[in-house]
Amino acid sequence: MNARLLPYVLILPVTLFLCLFFLYPFLLVSKQAFSTGAGFTLDNFREVTSYWKFPITMRNTLLLAAAVVPIQLALALLMATMVNRMQKGRDLVLYVWTIPLGISDLAAGIIWLAIFEQSGFLNSMMSGLGIVDKPVNLLTFQNPGIVFLAIMLAEIWRATAIMLVILVAGIGLIPKEYYEAAEVFGASPWKRFLRITLPLLRPSLQTALILRVILAFEIFAVVAALSGTLFPVLMGETYAYQFDLLNSGAAAAMALIILAISIAFTLIILRVLRVPKGATI
Amino acid sequence: MTLYSRILGAASGVAIACTAFAAQAEVLFWSTQAKPVEEAQAMREQVLAGAGEVDYQPNDGGPWLTRLQAELQAGSGTIGVLGALHGDFSAMNPDDLVDLDDLGVMSASGTFNDLAKLGTDSMQYIPWMQASYIMAASKEALQYLPEGADVDALTYDQLIQWAANAHEAAGEPKFGFPAGPKGLKHRFFQGYLYPSFTDGVVRTFASDAAVTAWEKMRELWAHTNPASTNFSFMQEQLLSGDAWIVFDHTSRLAQAFNERPDDFVAFPAPAGPTGRGFMPVLAGVAIPRTAPDMDAASALVAYMLKPETQVATLRATNFFPVVEVELPGDLPPSVKAAGDAVAKMSASADANPGLLPAGLGDKGGDFNRIFVDSFERIVLAGQDIRAVLDDQKGRLAAIMEETGAPCWAPDAPSDGACPVE
Repeated sequence: MNARLLPYVLILPVTLFLCLFFLYPFLLVSKQAFSTGAGFTLDNFREVTSYWKFPITMRNTLLLAAAVVPIQLALALLMATMVNRMQKGRDLVLYVWTIPLGISDLAAGIIWLAIFEQSGFLNSMMSGLGIVDKPVNLLTFQNPGIVFLAIMLAEIWRATAIMLVILVAGIGLIPKEYYEAAEVFGASPWKRFLRITLPLLRPSLQTALILRVILAFEIFAVVAALSGTLFPVLMGETYAYQFDLLNSGAAAAMALIILAISIAFTLIILRVLRVPKGATI
Repeated sequence: MTLYSRILGAASGVAIACTAFAAQAEVLFWSTQAKPVEEAQAMREQVLAGAGEVDYQPNDGGPWLTRLQAELQAGSGTIGVLGALHGDFSAMNPDDLVDLDDLGVMSASGTFNDLAKLGTDSMQYIPWMQASYIMAASKEALQYLPEGADVDALTYDQLIQWAANAHEAAGEPKFGFPAGPKGLKHRFFQGYLYPSFTDGVVRTFASDAAVTAWEKMRELWAHTNPASTNFSFMQEQLLSGDAWIVFDHTSRLAQAFNERPDDFVAFPAPAGPTGRGFMPVLAGVAIPRTAPDMDAASALVAYMLKPETQVATLRATNFFPVVEVELPGDLPPSVKAAGDAVAKMSASADANPGLLPAGLGDKGGDFNRIFVDSFERIVLAGQDIRAVLDDQKGRLAAIMEETGAPCWAPDAPSDGACPVE
């Protein structure tokens, strides 16, 4: 086998797979979004954006991403640094922390529902401790704040691990010599984190943030389990268009809108966290 | 070739032929009904036991439709018989379903048989089973009934008063309403609230009487468990005690009656100024044009309409027969309770029966959304009733004009599309 050709041959199967099962359906969906039966049209987009709930779903989705991702980033950084310092039991802690990664998002939503619902664990605990006389209803339309908080908690619990895994790998790649040099010059641990870890972690941060932000815009099952219809998000509306209204064109348009937002944020993250030219780790 | 290998070859050939034959003889019954595991199992073991080789596969609406459409688009398929609600069939193109007039079976109700034609001249599906929506309550709630109220002939005002009394007594709202994502709240508005207050659904959508109806809905909501926006099967809340008085589909209340038959009562829906509005639920069986074995599929459809199959179906799913049958005495408690309540509801002097929305085609979901959105805006978000109805009215009129659906009961008949007045 020609050594120059080998890499291409090796990636050929996965390329074919992606073309067949991702690119081709994606093209079909785009076609569906821009047509209502006859020719090119923007009717589907007009329909979904003029629906009264659209601004609300858009706001909810962005708000949730804005509230959840920074907390997850901070937590993941903290946890990754801690794991990295550990001498003993590092693997065990890492395994435990990444358990939520193996749980489907619907299951995660249901777990948190079992905690927050009227006859749930939180209520039993509070009434057991005498904080409340009888179980209170937390997840209702009267308490949008608590609903939001519950969704936030579930998301943070469920999806911080994916950032953690990427960041742990990234931190492991940073050469120890930098830290030793910094210590010689008397840099405090905080300063070492700010001046060495963060800058050298850029590529990992980039990957972690892009993955996480895209997933945040696709949030669906956790919200559906915890809030029912109280907290409409973009993905939930897409599902409703496809399966409740049987309107594939509008669902395809919603999907493309979510894709557009994801691409926009990916580009922003790529730009903000770019590794300067000539810089290497 | 040795004799041994020849025998081996012949044997494997026969085996392959046998599996191919078996696979072909099995009719795939692709259904949106009887989805809970126990119901699906009862369908397989009891209802379909005498129907030959049938593979009963219930599914959610989404996957059900996706596979069906894929088979229709491909022009060849494996689904033999479809089982679904009237609404699911009316969203399909009638050309995709085989005309079933020649089968010689139909329901005992002329209205149902007409609905099953889906606006064409021949039966596109055969009515299979029916249900309705009723009210149910814990017996401990009966003591809070307002003075002089008869639980079998309630009015909306009495129901609200009852819910208020229960609210006061329990210290928390105890009315339960299926307003969750999978709840059937839209049917309450279309078949119960609107007919009872406005004697219509489409024509009277934004009338002054409709404003009164929504005001009553708000009053009722004040005594409704606020977690109702997450309730979809009210039997769960009846059993857990989170709700004492509830409204839901008969089969979504069945578990409560079957588990603790002595603790609950079923009773008719309340009456408003224009009568006691109520609505049937109708499921049907049909054959897609891509069915692999038409004869086997037709035989299965005919089998489903046999009186003994219908009684077995009643036991399995809590859906009532659509043909004349003699009901046996040993039916489950849920069937007795629901059957009595439905009978009282239809026989009441002020009964105002409505029909399922018809002629909406694939706009059925959009039609439901009008009512769900009105509920979310008026009751949950507290927006002005008149303003919301005037806004939604335009959307409703657009759906009616686009589909050209004529009015159905209790709306007065129309020439052409049903107007929103």
